[in-house]
Amino acid sequence: MMKCKKCGIKASVNMRHHKMALCKEHYLEWIPEQTERFIKKYEMFKREEKILVAVSGGKDSLSLWDILIRLGYQADGVYLGLGIDGGVEYSHESQKLTEQFAQQRNLKLHIVDVEKEYGQSIPMLAEKTHRGYGKPCSVCGLAKRHEMNRIARDLGYDVLATGHNLDDEAAVLFGNTLSWEGTYLQRQSPVLAESNGLARKVKPLCRFYERDMAAYAMLSGIEYIYEECPFSVGSTSIYYKEMLNQLENQRPGAKLTFYLRFLEAKNSGLFAQPIAVEFATHLCQKCGQPTSAPDLCSFCRMIEKVSLEN
Amino acid sequence: MVEWRLKEINLAVKLILRKQEFEVRPGMTLLSALKKCNILPESVLATREGEMIEEDEILKDGDIIKLVAVISGG
Repeated sequence: MMKCKKCGIKASVNMRHHKMALCKEHYLEWIPEQTERFIKKYEMFKREEKILVAVSGGKDSLSLWDILIRLGYQADGVYLGLGIDGGVEYSHESQKLTEQFAQQRNLKLHIVDVEKEYGQSIPMLAEKTHRGYGKPCSVCGLAKRHEMNRIARDLGYDVLATGHNLDDEAAVLFGNTLSWEGTYLQRQSPVLAESNGLARKVKPLCRFYERDMAAYAMLSGIEYIYEECPFSVGSTSIYYKEMLNQLENQRPGAKLTFYLRFLEAKNSGLFAQPIAVEFATHLCQKCGQPTSAPDLCSFCRMIEKVSLEN
Repeated sequence: MVEWRLKEINLAVKLILRKQEFEVRPGMTLLSALKKCNILPESVLATREGEMIEEDEILKDGDIIKLVAVISGG
């Protein structure tokens, strides 16, 4: 029988990558303790700062919100209504679970409905703009980045926190390494500092395995959306995650080492720009957010294009 | 004949993952059962009667193991 490393009773969760098993009680203490350690280690935010948590109704973002509140941080949530149905009322269900989570804990939740705000849902925008080769994931990512940043900035939050876990980070890293995307590799980090018009972004769960976060959500009794986003079926990120799990199965700790050694290598200058390349940034004439284009940002350009076609 | 069949059905462990169902023989560990069903232990959490169980757990006659997929995209 696997025993809890701290108290010796039957363990609920075994983490082969840490060579450690814990019972429910100690696991639910350990995850917040470690989160606090990562928040401090990567200098994500301070206790007096106002945090906006990007919540999707999934296990990671709701767990992150739960952990930050348990740790005593001032954390509000923002939910983005994407208008995805996929036969399982995906957006409707995830919004319901997010609202329920916030109500039960008396937390402040901002809800932005993309269709109400811009006249088109994510699948509609994707169809009309032909971005992403028939899949709305590219439009969804663009809208999320734009809207989360807008809300964080407009409502005066110091930092935007997302629930990216280690499997998310390792999958992105794997993809970017396969194609040697130098610029993306250089940007991947637990913290993205605030820069003109862009809120500081942090990923406090970036060192926890996805399985560990699912265990946290289950053991904490957090009700999350179990259904997969209908558009993520067959996605590259899931394919990479499965591949990395094959590796992990044979070599426990491989995913964690891959990510942590990357951060170390980056800090040692492995991905430093050979020459100072400054990205020219302009402010979008419509929303005021930074953009590389001189007039409108990608999101506002997309909305304008769709509006003109209507 | 009917009794024999019922007995045989009880001598099985059922694993459920989303809409898929698998059957394995009792007496093996969860890890062996997952291997037999070609499921990576890293990609699921297992529960029995609502309690989370780990890979060294011995599966018993009539056990129903619910597997929770942990990988999500996005």
